[in-house]
Amino acid sequence: MTEPSALSKPLYDTADAIRAALPNAVLAAQVVRDEIIVTVRRETIVEVLIALRDDPRFSFSQLSDLCGVDYPERAERFEVVYNLLSMPRNQRVRVKITASEDTPVPSVIAVHSCANWLEREVWDLYGIFFTDHPDLRRILTDYGFEGHPLRKDFPLTGYVEVRYDEDQKRVIYEPVKLTQDFRTFDFLSPWEGMRHILPGDEKAVPAAKPGA
Amino acid sequence: MSENAVAPKADGGAEIENYTLNFGPQHPAAHGVLRLVLEMDGEIIDRVDPHIGLLHRGTEKLIEYKTYLQAVPYFDRLDYVSPMNQEQSYALAVEKLLGIEPPPRAKYIRILFGEITRILNHIMNIASYAMDVGAMTPFLWTFEEREKLMGFYDDVCGARMHAAYVRPGGVAYDLPAGLVERIRTWAAEYPAVVDKMEGLLSENRIFKQRTVDIGVVSREQAVAWGFTGPNLRASGVPWDLRKAQPYDGFENIDFDVPIGRHGDCFDRYLVRVEEMRQSVRIINQCLDKMPDGPVRVNDRKVMPPPRAEMKGSMEALIHHFKLYTEGYHVPAGEVYAATEAPKGEFAVYLVSDGTNRPYRCRIRAPGFVHLEAMDAMLRGHMLADVPAVLGSIDIVFGEVDR
Repeated sequence: MTEPSALSKPLYDTADAIRAALPNAVLAAQVVRDEIIVTVRRETIVEVLIALRDDPRFSFSQLSDLCGVDYPERAERFEVVYNLLSMPRNQRVRVKITASEDTPVPSVIAVHSCANWLEREVWDLYGIFFTDHPDLRRILTDYGFEGHPLRKDFPLTGYVEVRYDEDQKRVIYEPVKLTQDFRTFDFLSPWEGMRHILPGDEKAVPAAKPGA
Repeated sequence: MSENAVAPKADGGAEIENYTLNFGPQHPAAHGVLRLVLEMDGEIIDRVDPHIGLLHRGTEKLIEYKTYLQAVPYFDRLDYVSPMNQEQSYALAVEKLLGIEPPPRAKYIRILFGEITRILNHIMNIASYAMDVGAMTPFLWTFEEREKLMGFYDDVCGARMHAAYVRPGGVAYDLPAGLVERIRTWAAEYPAVVDKMEGLLSENRIFKQRTVDIGVVSREQAVAWGFTGPNLRASGVPWDLRKAQPYDGFENIDFDVPIGRHGDCFDRYLVRVEEMRQSVRIINQCLDKMPDGPVRVNDRKVMPPPRAEMKGSMEALIHHFKLYTEGYHVPAGEVYAATEAPKGEFAVYLVSDGTNRPYRCRIRAPGFVHLEAMDAMLRGHMLADVPAVLGSIDIVFGEVDR
């Protein structure tokens, strides 16, 4: 971690205060790019948000945003991210927890009532289950939709498409048929990632082998 | 309409059960494709269940498959009446991750067009709102101004609505010759139009009967429900991200933040009207203060070289080619960039894994949270108040459904 500058000093103070106030819940509290990021244990999220809202040192009274992020290669693949805003202190904090397909997350509607739809959206798009949610229906996808589209293993084109059928006089659902394959190009250039020394590149040797 | 159940009773009276009423998805006052399932007790609303997602296009998913530059046009299509403010949020997020800062002229252009967009949005909202509650003329008068503003859009980027003008690292092009004067002329004339429009509405008995004390939101409720922007300020919370967390040089601009007192539909309208006047003030300051100079960062790894240079320099040509095929690589990390869009706090939560595409691009749309509060705001109101409340919180389905 870099030394705090005068400008970001209050952020480090808040991060330290959060760590001190919630020792059993906070796994990590850091300041990256002038943003406070707090990772907490999943079970304690309600308690953490209540403390952050009601403690006058923080007063993070508004839940700006709640969203999920999918990292399929991790053991607990999802992150649920809460972006909080404190108007009196003019600060933001990002609280993160991890979850997997079958570990439910406690709902925070009792703390921030606007979490209702946001949690429904996370359930809809990621399939993260929230306990104690009064009305966990899908919200953005179609009636009767199957799957959770923002997961990384969900194809961009989806599985079904709809069209109006002239014979049946109604809208019908069909498996996706693409007239050409989905075109995805790998533009990641091999030149950017060169780490090894090229044969015959003598100029690179002293830099690459500091011990020699 | 459905389930109209009137069961005759033995004594000849009737026991009336609750109605369920469908509002939308095709309704002129729904401002797009909103389906409200209203549970009615006679004329009184018992419960509102908004069904959204009819305009869901999977923007967040699509952006994960595009390079950082290709993602810009998607932001025009979210809230399609305030395109540039949303591009600005995204540009700020990417710039923060890249660690670059646009040149001063680009910042002033962003503020200038951000405020032009705010007026575009507020005209759209106020005029169509007035039409929802029964006034036709404001719509006709103010949409003429909207047309002129979209002309400025056209002048600067070639498109009237979907601009793709604010890009990470600055703006796409410099202002064309003569545009500054045209905007200045327009800004001198516009306040009179606002006055004229206000003369039709602010003291209009019918308009006030439809809006005063309708959909009242208290300070505490507004914060708890996640309100931002004019809706929050109408409830009396002095919070404007342009003042509180200035971005793109808003700290050099002098303007006032109008605050409402009652948090009803009428206050939300008044706040927007005053915001338009303040926007004109900001526009004038931008035109006066705008320095000369480049409008893009001088970093060939992020912004393409000028056309002329490409004709002569091989390196410039390679840079251009690489930028429009592979794009630039953004350092791994995550960032939350919020701006004061006309509807409220529009934020982009961007997660980068170090490649040329965003790993996750979460779009925080103000309208989504505002619409969520419809249930609480409408309970106990009459059916006729539905369009009045809906119009006053300024919903556009492009951003709600994403």
